[in-house]
Amino acid sequence: MIRHPDTVIKGGRLIDASGEQSGDILISDGHIVAVGQDLQGEILIDAGGCIVSPGLVDLHAHLRQPGKEETETIASGARAAVLGGYTAVLAMPNTTPTIDCAAVVREVLELGRASVCDVHTTGAITVGRAGERLAPMAEMAALGVKVFTDDGTGVQDDRLMRRAMEYASGLGLTLAQHCEVNSLSEGTCMHEGEWSARLGLPGQPSESEELMVMRDIALARLTGAKIHFQHMSTAGSAALIAAAKAKGMAVTAEAAPHHFTLTDACCEHYDATFKVHPPLRSQSDLEAIKNALAAGSLDAIATDHAPHAAEDKELPFDQAPPGMLGLEYALALAFSELVDGGEMTEAEVLAAMSWRPAAIAGMDNHGQRLVVGVPANLCVIDPSQRWVIDATGGASLSRNVPYVGKEVRGKVRHTIVFGEVVVRDGEVQR
Amino acid sequence: MNSLNAHEARDKDRSQRAHLLSIADLDRDEIEELLRVTDTFVEVGRRPIPKVPALRGRTVVMLFFEDSTRTRLSFETAAKRLSADTMSFSVSSSSLNKGESVRDTIETIEAMGIDAVVVRHKSSGVPAQIARWTSASVINAGDGWHQHPTQALLDAYTARSHLGSLEGRRIALVGDIKHSRVARSNIEIFTALGAQVTLVAPRTLLPASLSAWPVQVSQDLDAVLPTVDVCYLLRMQQERMTEALVPSLREYTSTYGLTSARADRMADDAIIMHPGPMNRGVEIASEVADRPSAVITEQVANGVAVRSAVLFTLLGAGRQQSSSAAYAANVSNELSVQTDSVLAEELAHAEEAT
Repeated sequence: MIRHPDTVIKGGRLIDASGEQSGDILISDGHIVAVGQDLQGEILIDAGGCIVSPGLVDLHAHLRQPGKEETETIASGARAAVLGGYTAVLAMPNTTPTIDCAAVVREVLELGRASVCDVHTTGAITVGRAGERLAPMAEMAALGVKVFTDDGTGVQDDRLMRRAMEYASGLGLTLAQHCEVNSLSEGTCMHEGEWSARLGLPGQPSESEELMVMRDIALARLTGAKIHFQHMSTAGSAALIAAAKAKGMAVTAEAAPHHFTLTDACCEHYDATFKVHPPLRSQSDLEAIKNALAAGSLDAIATDHAPHAAEDKELPFDQAPPGMLGLEYALALAFSELVDGGEMTEAEVLAAMSWRPAAIAGMDNHGQRLVVGVPANLCVIDPSQRWVIDATGGASLSRNVPYVGKEVRGKVRHTIVFGEVVVRDGEVQR
Repeated sequence: MNSLNAHEARDKDRSQRAHLLSIADLDRDEIEELLRVTDTFVEVGRRPIPKVPALRGRTVVMLFFEDSTRTRLSFETAAKRLSADTMSFSVSSSSLNKGESVRDTIETIEAMGIDAVVVRHKSSGVPAQIARWTSASVINAGDGWHQHPTQALLDAYTARSHLGSLEGRRIALVGDIKHSRVARSNIEIFTALGAQVTLVAPRTLLPASLSAWPVQVSQDLDAVLPTVDVCYLLRMQQERMTEALVPSLREYTSTYGLTSARADRMADDAIIMHPGPMNRGVEIASEVADRPSAVITEQVANGVAVRSAVLFTLLGAGRQQSSSAAYAANVSNELSVQTDSVLAEELAHAEEAT
């Protein structure tokens, strides 16, 4: 391993799962070697007025490689990630070819090792994400894959999902579900409600998501499997998960920044930048997602970063591909919408973006407390910096940003991955 | 003018250009004004030579991504009555079959120099997208399930020619509301003009959420018919059957079809409307379609005058303003002056000819 110079982060507010303290952190040989006052190092990072946190962990990133390298690569997605404060991302398997076998997993992990971020990958539950037969989960697990999902679509067949849960739980793996009952959502392109009625666009009801949440809670009860619910978007889904947790079930769930920031009214001008699956929902759903994050019934904030080419987003709304960028905006959106909205504290947001997702994905090197001996995966956030989101798309190769012109609070200043300062003063260092 | 200024002027021009994308973009005054201008063009249509030079030198493009011979012919006739040049672009003979994007298509056509583009597309919202990419006026000739504003204008015009004001009038829209751009634009225009609209359809053919719509809903056509001044029937498409939205065409006809017996329940001076093309024997009995109270061919005839009025209002001499309040305030004077000068000019031509 390359040795990076000893680095000291001076004078920050150190926030981790145990609480907050102030002090310096000394990093050497990829690890935290001292936490205290008046520490010295070769590289000095001034964190005065800043939050120093375990690096953020994204449970849901579409990095588009292999197959769609003109919209994102693992290298470019990793740059966007570290600029957003992420030290680890979990790649989704809906690539071409699908990440559904050891060979593709190996390729993705190899590209990830050359990137600036710690790139982990999911594997598909079913071969080609076609929902017909199980993918070789054990072979992928042997390469380190811990979470399996057919994201982009849900596993429709009840019996196959039961088998997947049984098989995965026997291997100690987690299944993550994109909850969408296709027979209710086929041909739709936005949330079904007042806006879809007015715009004359086919809408999908909240129930197409909620029915699969219900089914998977039932199947998890049957099989004892660990299930993680991806990008929960409706009030009903949030309530179902809260109820399952209240009964002591080991379910976890995430919400995406756009689902607590934007509503279906954004589709008014048929700008497909606002098209996403699950779709932007109603204002009452948005409030419910905020409340569920605050209550902890939704465990994590995950970006669902989904780059698309500009020409694809200029297709007619019903034909354009769903998805929006998120990696560089998620933290600032969470601070602006959730902390400034009075829903959560900064520490609670960091819990939902760092240590809780790290635990869900089994990423032992991330989200750890800021103590001596742990790998130095950290980010330094200036919580007072206000900035306006622009249309450039940042480090992503795509520009499908739905927040253009929005003023937000909180900017990632520095990101450190295994001791290497990969982002310094808001610039990627390699 | 240096190039920077030219560029700015072009952007300004783009932002100010008037479009007709949705009835919702018009207020009541603007609708009334368009209907008044339509009167003029109905009169023009009755002349031996039904043509005025108002849009001479202007180019109107028919950009039909979805085939519609009737609407296209109506717009072409309307443009030609205004002496505009027309170009027609239909998808089957175009490079869109070769994968060209809508944006590249509109930018290519615009480069040829055009003033207005009449757009029909099977996807909702495409005219609104095109309006962001062109400096020409965009006229929506039907987009997906969303809007068909010139149909709504011609329907309002036709209904008013029989009933006078629509204030307080009762109008039933019967049939497949959910998938109908005609329904969406007509609900907006009828309610904007003061009518009370009742939707009569099985719930499978209604949008799931009607909470924002200023309408009443009924599943009992027999009860609604005696109360209405207009019974507006929508086309029942065969494909709704394959989607299992109604059990059978037979059951649809027996519950929502305007049979002779049902038509007899209507008031004597009530009218029957249909946007065409009709499915005789499905949503409307053949005998009912041929009654004097069925004004369906009149709707078609008024279509040309309404579309002339729209083209004239958007493109008429010197018009560069958006459909804003300023437009509403100015349009009245400007149009009467303009119309007079058009007529004067035409008279002059007639004299030269003799």
